[in-house]
Amino acid sequence: MITHLKPASGAHVGAKSSVSFIMWQVMLALLPATVFGIWCFGWPALNLFVITVSSAVLFEVICIRMAGRVAKPVIMDGSAMLTGWLLAMTLPPWSPWWIGVVGSGLAIILGKQVYGGLGQNLFNPAMLARVALLISFPIEMTTWSNVSPLFFSQSPGITESWHITFMGLDNIDAVTGATTLGYIKTEFSQNHLLADILKDYSGLLNFIGWTRGSLGETSTLLLALGGAWLIRRGIIQWYIPISLLLTVTMFASVFHMVDNQHYISPMIHLNSGAMMCVAFFIATDYVTSPNTPTGQIVFGAGCGLLIFVIRTWGSYPEGAGFAVLLMNAATPLIDHYIRPRIYGRDRKGRPLEIPKP
Amino acid sequence: MLSFFKKPLIRGGVHAEEHKAATATQAIVYNFPLPKKLYIPLQQHVGKPAEPLIRVGDKVLKGQLLAYSQGVISAPVHAPSSGIILDVNDYPAPHPSALPIRMIVLETDGKDKWITTEVPIDPFLLEPEDISLRVGAAGIVGLGGATFPTAVKLNMGRDNHVDTLIINGSECEPYLSCDDRLMQERAEEIIDGVRLMLHGMRSEKAVVAIEDNKPQAYLAMHTAALPYPTIQVIQIPTRYPMGWDRQLIRYVTGKEVPVGCRSSEIGVTIHNVGTAYAVHKAIRHGQPLLSRVITVAGGAVKRPMNIEVPLGTLISELFNFCEVNTETTARIVMGGPMMGESLPHSGLPTVKATSGILALTASELKNTEEQPCIRCAACVSVCPAGLRPLDMANNIRVNQLDAAVDIGLKDCISCGCCSYICPSNIPLVQYFKYASGEVMARQQAQHKAEQNKRLMDARNARMERIAQQQREEEQARLAAKAERERLKAAEQEVVA
Amino acid sequence: MYVISAIFSLTLLGLFLGFLLAIAGKYLKVESSPIVDELESLLPGSQCGQCGFPGCRPAAEALAEGKAPATICPPGGSALANQIAALLGLDLDLSEVKEPELLVARVSEATCTGCTRCFKVCPTDAIIGAPKQIHVVVADACIACKKCVDVCPTECLQMHPIEVTLRSWRWAKPVLPETGNALC
Repeated sequence: MITHLKPASGAHVGAKSSVSFIMWQVMLALLPATVFGIWCFGWPALNLFVITVSSAVLFEVICIRMAGRVAKPVIMDGSAMLTGWLLAMTLPPWSPWWIGVVGSGLAIILGKQVYGGLGQNLFNPAMLARVALLISFPIEMTTWSNVSPLFFSQSPGITESWHITFMGLDNIDAVTGATTLGYIKTEFSQNHLLADILKDYSGLLNFIGWTRGSLGETSTLLLALGGAWLIRRGIIQWYIPISLLLTVTMFASVFHMVDNQHYISPMIHLNSGAMMCVAFFIATDYVTSPNTPTGQIVFGAGCGLLIFVIRTWGSYPEGAGFAVLLMNAATPLIDHYIRPRIYGRDRKGRPLEIPKP
Repeated sequence: MLSFFKKPLIRGGVHAEEHKAATATQAIVYNFPLPKKLYIPLQQHVGKPAEPLIRVGDKVLKGQLLAYSQGVISAPVHAPSSGIILDVNDYPAPHPSALPIRMIVLETDGKDKWITTEVPIDPFLLEPEDISLRVGAAGIVGLGGATFPTAVKLNMGRDNHVDTLIINGSECEPYLSCDDRLMQERAEEIIDGVRLMLHGMRSEKAVVAIEDNKPQAYLAMHTAALPYPTIQVIQIPTRYPMGWDRQLIRYVTGKEVPVGCRSSEIGVTIHNVGTAYAVHKAIRHGQPLLSRVITVAGGAVKRPMNIEVPLGTLISELFNFCEVNTETTARIVMGGPMMGESLPHSGLPTVKATSGILALTASELKNTEEQPCIRCAACVSVCPAGLRPLDMANNIRVNQLDAAVDIGLKDCISCGCCSYICPSNIPLVQYFKYASGEVMARQQAQHKAEQNKRLMDARNARMERIAQQQREEEQARLAAKAERERLKAAEQEVVA
Repeated sequence: MYVISAIFSLTLLGLFLGFLLAIAGKYLKVESSPIVDELESLLPGSQCGQCGFPGCRPAAEALAEGKAPATICPPGGSALANQIAALLGLDLDLSEVKEPELLVARVSEATCTGCTRCFKVCPTDAIIGAPKQIHVVVADACIACKKCVDVCPTECLQMHPIEVTLRSWRWAKPVLPETGNALC
């Protein structure tokens, strides 16, 4: 006879999934775009990436230890690493080391741990840090290096990269420039028309990622592929990315059709800035997005609309971070009003009526 | 995207690893050696427990009534074999707590001698009410696990003029295959049982729904049902919890049972295939419900099988027969792995509700290392009832049970989908079971407090009345005394 | 100049709003309900004194004045604490509430003399009996006030914990895993 087994409730079996598995899958999906970004922007980008990710993990360890808990299992869930990773992807690739460290600190401490740790935060930690950095250090956060791939003769070598990362750039004007969106915004402000502005624009290079931009945000292709893979794996649902991208496309199309000299085309919208990274990796963050399909569609549409509005009429060339934060704040509201209908009840929670025969 | 506009027929659910092949591919075993002792609980059904009418020492025959049903919702209990009544007392129940309930202990004599039974020549000449009576007298309850007395359900179906009888052959729980085998081997008997039920409810249409992972059972049932145009056999998608009655009703009929209503109120009644088979045996052969087919499976079982055992057989004997490795058994589960209950030990009897006994190894069990909720909302998307398990669990964790009730705690069916899917291994179902129990306990405590207050008020009023009465009597006595004295004085005056 | 105008306008605004509030406070005043009566009606009323007050009425008064916590009544347990907190609009941390140990009086049949003293003092008439006959406690009506235990001359009335039965058994609340201490 078998005895003394503790009572346990169902389900007695479980799906083979775990928090760390999910986090690792997301990181795997980010890998191609990250590797490409690091290759494009060379050793300084790698320095920044390593610094940001490791400092994120370090801050997490410090917070957990301060709370008097064992840090190892918490670190092993991969969430701090993913946060650092996502933050690094959104930073200008040649940013100085302290941008990465301050950003990680903001993300982990202010963005996550003060709320109570994993699952408790209201705002996406990476976006919170990104926006805080952008507001606090506008110069560092808008210094976009030229594409200068690894192992090319013009690109900085390893020792040179340490100088860039730890001492700063010497010849800023020679090696940096504006992003597509930034360039368009500046030119618009000088009353130029789109046809002139986009003379040298190459959609293909932007699509591949051969352009100035954040460390891991430039490659529309690889990010979209990674996102599609996540959807296929069932890690994320299609609701947020699709509704976000569709909303941007819709608004951009309408305005572009009305005035194609003052409103950029939907293709450029989708193809530049943080669009793909945000749509597939940032906005889909479980913790800070609504938890019903309908709610997620509303959330995605809201993000898309805000991105379009900020890009088009705002003072910043890119508004993805602000858009996500604003919609994060609206998530509890969305979850409150958009709920699944309970079986046998109507939307308001009253029992259904018995149908008359 | 289409599902966005159309009302979906299936909501939520998970596709769990099936683990059915080990038992579904072999025939039901009928040569289980008759146990020396059978422990027969007096309550194996929803409702009031049965009342024993035998005494310790009585000799009983197989099929003899041991305890009669009490009240409207109850079911009788019969002797699964012939022998002597050893005891009527409290023994551990097949329940996670293994707390004692009343059982009849029957020592079998090995002869397995039947009581004489009376069988109608053509049951379709019987009145429908008579079918219900016979089904009720046979002690038949819903064998899918709900154990609601079948006769009561037939009566409700008749009273509500139910038009569709759904026979649940979905068997959506992993590991279990007893219904699958029964349908493969006893298709004609089951179909006969379905026809009898239709007759008993005065209904015209039956739909047998079988998950599409059981093609052979479907084929057998389809063939058996061919001669009867009133019985339709359909295949349904394999998705747990397809066998939840309300999910199945929605899928088959498109109707949704309102909260707080019985399915018969919207013209549908649902029975399990095992129940149909039991009805066939009761009406055609006069046999009450004495045994059932049980799936014995799990990683620790060396000879997994479907086996017919008499009710009241101890699980330990079943385990011996199926060669269960006691070393590697990490958990004993009665029922399926999703909704089944864990049992603290194997010295507990099988009952009418026991569809399976699983001996699971540690590697089969869900990881219990709980991590923080990451709000992935997987539980929301798999919940067939449309609840938000993560919010409910959060409320319960901080003891806000009323808030949990407000967002649907009482609509939870404990199907286990949320616990199954949760990547953070949060025991969501246990939270909900705990909270439901706690809410009920609080209601009972409040009710008791009110009751006691009424008793106290009544007592105080009575005491007051008694005191008042005493005062009045005292006054009356004093008045009488004064009167007497006055009269006496007057008398003396007169005398003087 | 700007500073002065800012100070001036804000002061004016403050005064105006304050005035509005004062008027609202005067004219929209809600008559407070007799909260003590309501509280007393919630309390068990057995005057058991376990709260430290001489009876349920004084306890209710203390609650109404905020001198006693919502968890004051041990026999009421968390259910009552919840009701009180809801009535008084208090936040309640139920983890602090100890569920009352559920007791019930039981008569030992061997030593009961049928003296009838116990059922005369029972506040809920939970004891049934007649002179020279063994008394019985109706468990459902017993409020565990222990008055009968005090008067029983043979000590045959004792308090027993209520046994958990299959009907009253409940699932335990899942325990959060130990977060451990900083040894990493």
